[in-house]
Amino acid sequence: MNYSAGEIWLIIGIMAVGTFAIRFSFLGLIGDRPMPALVLRLLRYTPVAVLPGMVAPLVLWPAATGGQPDAVRILAALAAVLVAYRSQKIVWGMVAGAVVFYAGLWTTGQF
Amino acid sequence: MTTSTEKSAFWAGLRDGLSFSFVVVPFATLFGVAALDAGLTLAQTIGFTVLVIAGAAQFAAVQLMLDNAAIGFVLLAALAVNLRMAMYSAALVPYLGSAPLWQRALVSYLNFDQSYVASIAKYEAEPDLPVSARVAYFLGVSSAIAPLWIAASIVGALIGKAIPDALALDFILPIAFLSLVAPMLRTLAHVAAALVSIVVSLLLIGLPSGSGLLIAAFCAMVAGVLVETWMERKAA
Repeated sequence: MNYSAGEIWLIIGIMAVGTFAIRFSFLGLIGDRPMPALVLRLLRYTPVAVLPGMVAPLVLWPAATGGQPDAVRILAALAAVLVAYRSQKIVWGMVAGAVVFYAGLWTTGQF
Repeated sequence: MTTSTEKSAFWAGLRDGLSFSFVVVPFATLFGVAALDAGLTLAQTIGFTVLVIAGAAQFAAVQLMLDNAAIGFVLLAALAVNLRMAMYSAALVPYLGSAPLWQRALVSYLNFDQSYVASIAKYEAEPDLPVSARVAYFLGVSSAIAPLWIAASIVGALIGKAIPDALALDFILPIAFLSLVAPMLRTLAHVAAALVSIVVSLLLIGLPSGSGLLIAAFCAMVAGVLVETWMERKAA
């Protein structure tokens, strides 16, 4: 890495301001004003629209295996989804996913 | 003035937030290690974590800095990773829009995946919660997470390579995000949105950082509303 200290702080500063601007955008500027009904309907799907797409490539093509699909990671992901869905508890999903993941790594000699 | 509703909402948030600690701690530690590897000083690592407070974007930035990418490119790529938070910001408006400006600013600063998803789940489950209690809950969740996030990244920057790759801590993040979202798959419309999100983001994987995900998320929201409308017509 060959950035000067000033350049690194510049990156940090602009990222801080930019990230806050993104987070503040709608909540800060719209405030109490009503939004169109269609927009409200679309926004109700935000979490299920963002997180699965964000995670899918990490599950199917993990960097740790050089992008090769890995049965252990796919099974761990499925375990997390199923248990979190059935129990309706985030924490049980995380526990199930982690247990399957490390048990799988251990059985396949990766751990 | 703090009412007992707000206090109990804050504590409920804090408790729910703490259940994320076993995700946040390894992930933040890994950021500390990555920052150290990239050549950042401890002060710069802390500055990054406290001021930006957005894990995925911090990783993206540090990785590009390691490759000596142009500053403009580092900024563009890392901020694109955060654009999903504009969607979070909009999705919070119906719940928190009438809160005072300073509270909305504070919530915005602390609006990351875990605090957003945990809070939205709470707001949907308890629609009668007063706005002040919603803010208190949000701040409770983030008060549990943010200090851990900062402390663990400092630890990571200090211990560095003492963490073996074999621990595969990187996979804790997908497990956590899947556990966050799975309880929300309550209707066929939500499931359809999730599937469209996965398929489109995989198809657009070649696009520059974050932009494929934005398109995928938008398609998924449209799919959710279409299936919802279709279900309503069928029921009517």
